[in-house]
Amino acid sequence: MKYKLIADIAKSLLLARWKQTLIAAVGVTFSITMFITLLSFMSGLNNMLDGLILNRTPHIRLYKDIKPNAQQPITLAKKRDTTYNFIHSIKPKRERIELFNSATIISALKEDKRVLGVAPKIATQIFYNVGVMNITGVINGIDIEAESKLFFFKDYVVAGNFMDLKNVTNSIILGKGVADKLMLNIGDVIQVTTNKGEQLPLKVVGYFQSGLLDIDKSQSYCSIATTQKLLGEANNYITDLQIKLKDVALAPPMAKEMQEKFGVDAIDVQTANAQFETGSSIRSLISYAVGITLLIVAGFGIYNILNMMIYEKMDSIAILKATGFSGNDVHAIFISIALSIGIVGGAGGLLLGFGLSSIIDQIPFNTASLPTVKTYPIIYNPTFYIIATIFSVVTTYFAGFFPSRKASKIDPVIIIRGK
Amino acid sequence: MSAIVLEAKHINKSFHDPITIPVLKDISFQLRESEFVSIIGKSGCGKSTLLYILSTMDTDFEGELLINNQSVVGETDAALALIRNQHIGFVFQFHYLLNEFSVLKNVMLPGLKLGQYSAAEVEHRAYEKLRILGIEKEALKKPNQLSGGQKQRVAIARALINDPLLIMGDEPTGNLDKKNSAIVFDIFKELAASYKQTLLIVTHDNEFAANTQRIIEMEDGKIIN
Ligand SMILES: Nc1ncnc2c1ncn2[C@@H]1O[C@H](COP(=O)(O)OP(=O)(O)OP(=O)(O)O)[C@@H](O)[C@H]1O
Ligand SMILES: [Mg+2]
Repeated sequence: MKYKLIADIAKSLLLARWKQTLIAAVGVTFSITMFITLLSFMSGLNNMLDGLILNRTPHIRLYKDIKPNAQQPITLAKKRDTTYNFIHSIKPKRERIELFNSATIISALKEDKRVLGVAPKIATQIFYNVGVMNITGVINGIDIEAESKLFFFKDYVVAGNFMDLKNVTNSIILGKGVADKLMLNIGDVIQVTTNKGEQLPLKVVGYFQSGLLDIDKSQSYCSIATTQKLLGEANNYITDLQIKLKDVALAPPMAKEMQEKFGVDAIDVQTANAQFETGSSIRSLISYAVGITLLIVAGFGIYNILNMMIYEKMDSIAILKATGFSGNDVHAIFISIALSIGIVGGAGGLLLGFGLSSIIDQIPFNTASLPTVKTYPIIYNPTFYIIATIFSVVTTYFAGFFPSRKASKIDPVIIIRGK
Repeated sequence: MSAIVLEAKHINKSFHDPITIPVLKDISFQLRESEFVSIIGKSGCGKSTLLYILSTMDTDFEGELLINNQSVVGETDAALALIRNQHIGFVFQFHYLLNEFSVLKNVMLPGLKLGQYSAAEVEHRAYEKLRILGIEKEALKKPNQLSGGQKQRVAIARALINDPLLIMGDEPTGNLDKKNSAIVFDIFKELAASYKQTLLIVTHDNEFAANTQRIIEMEDGKIIN
């Protein structure tokens, strides 16, 4: 086949009808623009919403749950085949929620290639004392560096310096809601009481705002050492290990594995936050559905223009066939027309889509619950552009396929006889 | 004796719409190199139908057809397209020029399709054909800027571009006045005489037919003379 000649003929037919072809191409451009913008924006939004929870949620959390022992004394007795043991109202025995062998677990995890990092934590219930009022709350004793590196702690400290938590002894970073309620400023001292009755004055060095009101109204952060001191525990007392993996998809099987290996409880992020996964995937699904619908509409535009062109150019097609062009040549001519509309329109759409999402990226978007977000969230992902390119080429190919086949099947005798 | 260029053996054709009507009945004849033949007959006797079959555009018939000693029955669409491209030049009553292209490009298209010569050579040859037909000055115009007679000559130039063995015409002078049809006749005669091409021309113009070497007369789908 003579590609140059085919392309040449296609070009001439296309230019002879440039207004209609332009409109068809603009249809493709529009749909690709929307497709790119929608996906970039939606996934930006997804990321932001996921980040709200998932950024700060460990992929696997190791802890010790308070629950009745699975090995009750009766099971130690010799079992007879014909009997069953039924035990009612089992209660957990008094047990500490400490991870006893935390040091060994940490060093084992650091060896593991799949693990990105481990942050130890102590979570404890306390009371904030203001005058005669006691407000319940939670203090998280954290390893500041690890917490910052793995869970972006620093991004959520809205006032004060997060490193003061480590550098200033007996310091605390209060949840923004707690600070507002207690009317405390940075530099003030707050009394906290543990549930065993021990009291400790702590110096406020910053505020913390997660974006989730419930958390900000009750939680605060201290260093691990301060928390241990508050609880009167030794310096190896840890209640939680927060693990971040290189590949979050591995979390469920690894959680199970760790549960068996270390003899502790383990929960993975997928199980703990199943609803977020669903939300994200549905939002992506909607963006893809809208984008593809737009493309199909554009495809019909191309289908129409080609049909019209073929109807108008019956004579030309007949004479091309009479002078030695085969059905395949004619098919190739019209497919080239369709594809060039798709490629030109699609390329325009990629550029405009990039432009439009950059503009949205500049629009200010301030919300109290999201201190880190200043403009509308946009994600620039090459995958979207690749998918858009493939889609525009594939849809225009199919839109062009049937008209082209019709053109290739035109019988010159019928046309010429008709004159 | 010169070579046989086209041979039709017992060609039959019927239309089945709405009832079966036989249009061509047992047509057999031969055309030799450099022959100038005309077909005459009453309107509706099947001349155009025969020409479409001989030019390989219509494949729905019974019988044998050899072009350049090669049977065309059962050939693929692409193979027939190549035969038309290379060996047959067709001139219709209507010119069928593509208005998107210049006159020159219209003449060049079948040559570019054959690809025997480079684009530059095809262009040179197209100028040559236009010159033979006396319209080389119009080469860069669009077809819709030409007169009817000029368009018809462009269509003839297009039929000649690949130096086909056989040139067929279905009333090529039907739309032309006396003067222009005389010009076309002289061109055809020249092609047969100087370029050894075979011409098969359907015409209603008895004077035109009388001047050709041989007349095939048809009646009711049969050759009677
Ligand atoms: N598609 C068709 N379906 C049915 N009958 C047809 C069809 N095409 C042509 N015919 C018939 O076939 C016969 C031959 O037609 P053809 O066009 O070959 O005649 P012709 O000799 O070229 O006539 P003219 O000199 O008027 O051009 C006519 O009787 C016509 O009615
Ligand atoms: Mg006719």
